[in-house]
Amino acid sequence: MATVAEQWVLVEMVQALYEAPAYHLILEGILILWIIRLLFSKTYKLQERSDLTVKEKEELIEEWQPEPLVPPISKDHPALNYNIVSGPPSHKIVVNGKQCVNFASFNFLGLLDNPRVKAAALASLKKYGVGTCGPRGFYGTFDVHLDLEDRLAKFMKTEEAIIYSYGFATIASAIPAYSKRGDIVFVDRAACFAIQKGLQASRSDIKLFKHNDMADLERLLKEQEMEDQKNPRKARVTRRFIVVEGLYMNTGTLCPLPELVKLKYKYKARIFLEESLSFGVLGEHGRGVTEHFGISIDDIDLISANMENSLASIGGFCCGRSFVIDHQRLSGQGYCFSASLPPLLAAAAIEALNIMEENPGIFLVLKEKCERIHKALQGISGLKVVGESLSPAFHLQLTDSTGSREKDVKLLQEIVNHCMDRSIALTQARYLEKEEKCLPPPRRRTGESRAHNQGGGPGCAALGRVLGPGGQPPRSTHTGLCVTAL
Amino acid sequence: MANPGGGAICNGNLHKHEKQSDGSPSGNCVKNGIVKEAQQNGRPHFYKPIVESFEEAPLHVMVFTYLGYGLGTLFGYLRDFLRSCGLEKCNAAIEREEQKDFVPLYQNFENFYTRNLYMRIRDNWNRPICSAPGSQFDVMERVSDDYNWTFRFTGRIIKDVINMGSYNFLGLAASYDESMRTVKDVLEDYGLGVASTRHEMGTLDKHEELENLVAKFLNVEAAMVFGMGFATNSMNIPALVGKGCLILSDELNHASLVLGARLSGATIRIFKHNNMQSLEKLLRDAVIYGQPRIRRAWKKILILVEGIYSMEGSIVDLPQIVALKKKYKAYLYIDEAHSIGSVGPTGRGVVEFFGLDPRDVDVLMGTFTKSFGAAGGYIAGRKDLVDYLRVHSHSAVYATSMSPPVAEQIIRSMKFIMGLDGTTQGLQRVRQLAKNTRYFRQRLNEMGFIIYGNEESPVIPLLLYMPAKVAAFARHLLNRKIGVVVVGFPATPLAEARARFCVSAAHTREMLDTVPSLSTKLDIKNNLPMIIYSNNSSPIG
Repeated sequence: MATVAEQWVLVEMVQALYEAPAYHLILEGILILWIIRLLFSKTYKLQERSDLTVKEKEELIEEWQPEPLVPPISKDHPALNYNIVSGPPSHKIVVNGKQCVNFASFNFLGLLDNPRVKAAALASLKKYGVGTCGPRGFYGTFDVHLDLEDRLAKFMKTEEAIIYSYGFATIASAIPAYSKRGDIVFVDRAACFAIQKGLQASRSDIKLFKHNDMADLERLLKEQEMEDQKNPRKARVTRRFIVVEGLYMNTGTLCPLPELVKLKYKYKARIFLEESLSFGVLGEHGRGVTEHFGISIDDIDLISANMENSLASIGGFCCGRSFVIDHQRLSGQGYCFSASLPPLLAAAAIEALNIMEENPGIFLVLKEKCERIHKALQGISGLKVVGESLSPAFHLQLTDSTGSREKDVKLLQEIVNHCMDRSIALTQARYLEKEEKCLPPPRRRTGESRAHNQGGGPGCAALGRVLGPGGQPPRSTHTGLCVTAL
Repeated sequence: MANPGGGAICNGNLHKHEKQSDGSPSGNCVKNGIVKEAQQNGRPHFYKPIVESFEEAPLHVMVFTYLGYGLGTLFGYLRDFLRSCGLEKCNAAIEREEQKDFVPLYQNFENFYTRNLYMRIRDNWNRPICSAPGSQFDVMERVSDDYNWTFRFTGRIIKDVINMGSYNFLGLAASYDESMRTVKDVLEDYGLGVASTRHEMGTLDKHEELENLVAKFLNVEAAMVFGMGFATNSMNIPALVGKGCLILSDELNHASLVLGARLSGATIRIFKHNNMQSLEKLLRDAVIYGQPRIRRAWKKILILVEGIYSMEGSIVDLPQIVALKKKYKAYLYIDEAHSIGSVGPTGRGVVEFFGLDPRDVDVLMGTFTKSFGAAGGYIAGRKDLVDYLRVHSHSAVYATSMSPPVAEQIIRSMKFIMGLDGTTQGLQRVRQLAKNTRYFRQRLNEMGFIIYGNEESPVIPLLLYMPAKVAAFARHLLNRKIGVVVVGFPATPLAEARARFCVSAAHTREMLDTVPSLSTKLDIKNNLPMIIYSNNSSPIG
């Protein structure tokens, strides 16, 4: 139909040509000649402007000295003098040859050295070996992967799940699969590094709102709405996303999901929820923040989590409706272009899911332990517990910063070392200071470090002893803790 | 032909191979890889002529190929029209009723290609298997009742399909046998996960053992390992370069390199695939003219290349690149995902293949997915580089470290290749792979197929061109119990759809004989000009 209309226009044009006055035609002729001249005239090249001689060029090449590929690193940087763990990093851990109670790993459900998980992985090893030798598209899809995706979807009560072979790559690939240049992403300032990288890869417009501040988010959404009204044509193709974490890795706080869902429908922005800390932790059955708040999982467009914490395997997954998830099978870069997850790790994750489904009590135990430790750590002078009491990983922060980040870090390291001497393994939260963009303002961050407290009753008591007022040293400590159920 | 998995994506314009042929009339590109500079400074390099072929297709083939796409597109519009009228059932997943008034998550026309062309032949990708990806594997039979929108498993297993698709170069991905005992022991000792990052509490003694071994294997000062090959590139390149730096990237580099380069914030310029003139021009201009507009000199220049290109089968022209990099003081980052373990007299990758010194390459990157039958990646080089990455790599700070049994599998494989297990079997595998590669390439050449790449590369693309042939080829070979990878647009240029064979040391002579013979039978039986025969009667090389 379009061609018919075009032909008609053409006829009209020819007719108009006949009727046009002569001076008009002459003027147009000149203009056309001018355009032709412009097209064929020598283009002005910025680079050749300098007209350097060959000799000068050679000299320039001779003279140029690049910066070294990497700047030198001081030999006493903590990352170069790392702790070496021998044996499994489970409840008890051997750090640098010394046995400690482990409060430093994200092994929340204690499934890391569970004999059932190991047996399932072993059976898989016997059948499939280790590697898959190919991406999912090219004979890297094993029956185990399909099983795991099925099980995850069923567990989360969603239509579909998709697995990635690396936890970090999951949300970092999922975001750019949907959000493109020109789209708008509203993201919490405290979002973790994987989200930041995903946003960077998407090249979308990023709007940061204050950590967990719904009023600030609404302000930004309103601003955008006004903007949209000015340019409704652009607004019709501009996707809007809200990216939040269930439990924030950097702060240990919970996102206000009910308010977020309200805002989602009010301003028509989709919610992507990163649940690496909350999956297998919150909710009666460990389904994460949606279950914790009693929100229908269909209200969240995409949930992403890694299988490296609660499930104690490797990899990550996204789940949601097929309409959303299936799109990643062709556009999730970390899914398409990477070798698939080794089958034994998938088998381990399936077995971990079995255990979670069979013992829902495990989540209650974990919750109680978190609360107990949270309570035990209150009132240590100079130290403040940051984060929700139900979070299995939380941060201890210096109440009074010494003023410089460096000194704070050193002080915290002393505390961590002190605990280590008393057989409690904690760790400082590490950040790439230069790379972090969306973290809370530096002032607040200064004192911040995270150690993960993990382990049961005796561990908790010991930790209390070391850190608590009864224990001698740390006047001001801050570390993060991970708690395990087992 | 949408490529759902693995392989290069173009980060530049669609490339034209004829431009590389140096005007040789036959369309074959036979380059001589001796480097002038290298000879001048009195260090005679290991002589290795680079024999690579990228033959052009006859004109009529190109015409039919574009015609095929045109027809597919036409029918796509027709069916979209029928769908919109409700005459054809739309099987695609749809948006929730409550969110119908949201801005669409993806535009309908963006998915035109997927919906109308890829969907027709989707059964040739993501084929699930249910055994180890050894020289043969078991494929789960699946059928579709709705033209590939959904699949149903029949429960039947197609046993012992010859595996020409997996990157199992040395045959080290196999089901459990006694040689994997240490992997089993580590699994039982350590469990699967690590649940922490390298910086926090996730550095196991196994990781350290592995890193020392990798450094020894590559004959460099130090190495660091990461949990995922893709992330090794995408999360470490940003640690090395940033704003004010220049990245020169081969147009056919893998998606992970492209992503890493983008995330770094450095300026990216693309040179033509393996084309040294193009690279030198970019290098010269970069050094002479500096950064655009502000005219300041570049802080540093990093050249990103791959050892073997997974979609072309070509091997990087390393001696020339090293000479150029030295001349212009650039740094060289080489991704040996496909070449480590698979080329070089003892499997040490392209550096050994060309007889160069590992110190000539600034950053040696590789993955453990392919030759080692495991997962993950490494970066190796000078100690100061690796130390810097230990501190600054995104992966070391924020991502969970490598699973201990996977690390043990790499250790075991590497020791096997190095002969540290007390046998020469590893070395024999490397030699067997080279032998199999030459044999298989020769067979394909003799039968007159157009194949791409270096004569010693175990990745062998066979050109199919037309979209319909892609599907016919893959289906036909699966019926004859051969599993082959086919790729098309957007992983390759539109008109250069191809099948890709990956030769393994585990393939027997019979297996390698079966594949080409069945490929030729194809056209006789179906009475179709199935394969484009090369114009060259004499095989190259």
